[in-house]
Amino acid sequence: MSLMDEVTARALSLGIPFSLHLDVTYRCNERCVHCYLDHDDHGEMTTDEIKRVLQQAAATGTLILTLSGGEPFLRKDFFEILTYARSLMFAVKIKTNGMLIGPEQAERLRELHIGEVQISIYSHRADVHDAITKVGGSLDRSLKAIRFLRDQGLNTVISCPLMRANIVDYPQVQTLAAELGVKFTMDPTITPKMDGDASVVKHRIAQPDIARVFQDSTLVGDVNEFCRPSGPVTDDLLESVPCSAGHTSVYVSPYGDVFPCVQFPVACGNLRQQSLEDVWLHSKQMNQIRSIRVRDLHTCSGCNHVSGCTRCPGLAYMEGDMRGPSSADCEKSLIKAGLAEMSSGPEVAQAPLVQIQALW
Amino acid sequence: MRSLYVGRSEAVAARMMGGEIVVISPEDSSLFTLNAVASCIWNSADGDSTLEQIVRNQVCAEFEVGFDAALEDAAAFVREGSQHGILQVSEQPLPRNPQVVLPTPETKL
Repeated sequence: MSLMDEVTARALSLGIPFSLHLDVTYRCNERCVHCYLDHDDHGEMTTDEIKRVLQQAAATGTLILTLSGGEPFLRKDFFEILTYARSLMFAVKIKTNGMLIGPEQAERLRELHIGEVQISIYSHRADVHDAITKVGGSLDRSLKAIRFLRDQGLNTVISCPLMRANIVDYPQVQTLAAELGVKFTMDPTITPKMDGDASVVKHRIAQPDIARVFQDSTLVGDVNEFCRPSGPVTDDLLESVPCSAGHTSVYVSPYGDVFPCVQFPVACGNLRQQSLEDVWLHSKQMNQIRSIRVRDLHTCSGCNHVSGCTRCPGLAYMEGDMRGPSSADCEKSLIKAGLAEMSSGPEVAQAPLVQIQALW
Repeated sequence: MRSLYVGRSEAVAARMMGGEIVVISPEDSSLFTLNAVASCIWNSADGDSTLEQIVRNQVCAEFEVGFDAALEDAAAFVREGSQHGILQVSEQPLPRNPQVVLPTPETKL
């Protein structure tokens, strides 16, 4: 068990929201085709309201703070928020498109000891990247920001969400990250919009492409280990919690709404009316989610893939049942099982699979 | 032994958790968990106090430990902490660290 696993386990046993994701705005200067947000401002929290949320989070024990949006740098008070967050000794991670980061902003971020800045790059080709963001010149501006951040010695990460439009480009984005001397991460998850609109999931990559990604050792490390057949379904596993959402992590929207996770749109309370501690401890919805164990997942608990599956309860919820399966994750588990079968021989093929039809 | 002033690095992230402090160094994303004695030293490292003062006034007052043994352990901790960049050590007083919020959340769930 790594030290971080130990600390997270301690946070779980103490009931601490160790990690808080706060979107400071949903406004954005890009219009990415796969985005799950509505970019209008419906009444964002003020600077003072956000500071109060941060104060409450620090008092509740939160250490890791992810600030994102929308585009967080669109808020004129963003550096004031960052400064306040660092004065409360949060480990701060920022997710941004970098379009508003110049040399001066990069220097200020370094002075504030920001732990990580993550910037989405969809392709090394401007025509592909800019078509996804729907903003001409956006690749150029994001790459400039990455160079400014790197030159300040900041921990900078290129994130490459995988979609049908850019699936062939990620190896070149990976190469670009290496050339720039920054980290690279990718994610094939495309989430329905927070209002339930599933139109954006048409951008999800196709099954053969997921299989190719799962066999790319530069992304998954040891492919055999990554695709290893799921372990036995033990009592310990059945008594475990399915996900950190609502257990050690929490999400707050720009309007103060509290959710277990950014991908789990069950409204649990609002920080304009309640304190974070009050919502965290006493929200009926939060406690309902927190009570769920793997044993309670009516379909997944009987599935042989349950020990190795990365089932997202938020995606399951958006499919209609937070205790049910997430078809996107079933698909990934089945693909992994198929790859394991190809590499490991017939004994893996004997494992019964739960077959679930993707809804989208 | 020279009097050394000890201060917390302003670069770190930290939070009290279950009676112990968890520290993250942004320089290399290292994670540290400090035991109760180290947490006491870290909390008292305001840049204005020497290690001897911290050991005498805080550590020996809070824990049943002799001054010499505590000072030796504390010096080793401070040396290691400064090597990892979570503590600053100086023969002169350091800029005073700002007051930080390090609550001790109780088990509530």
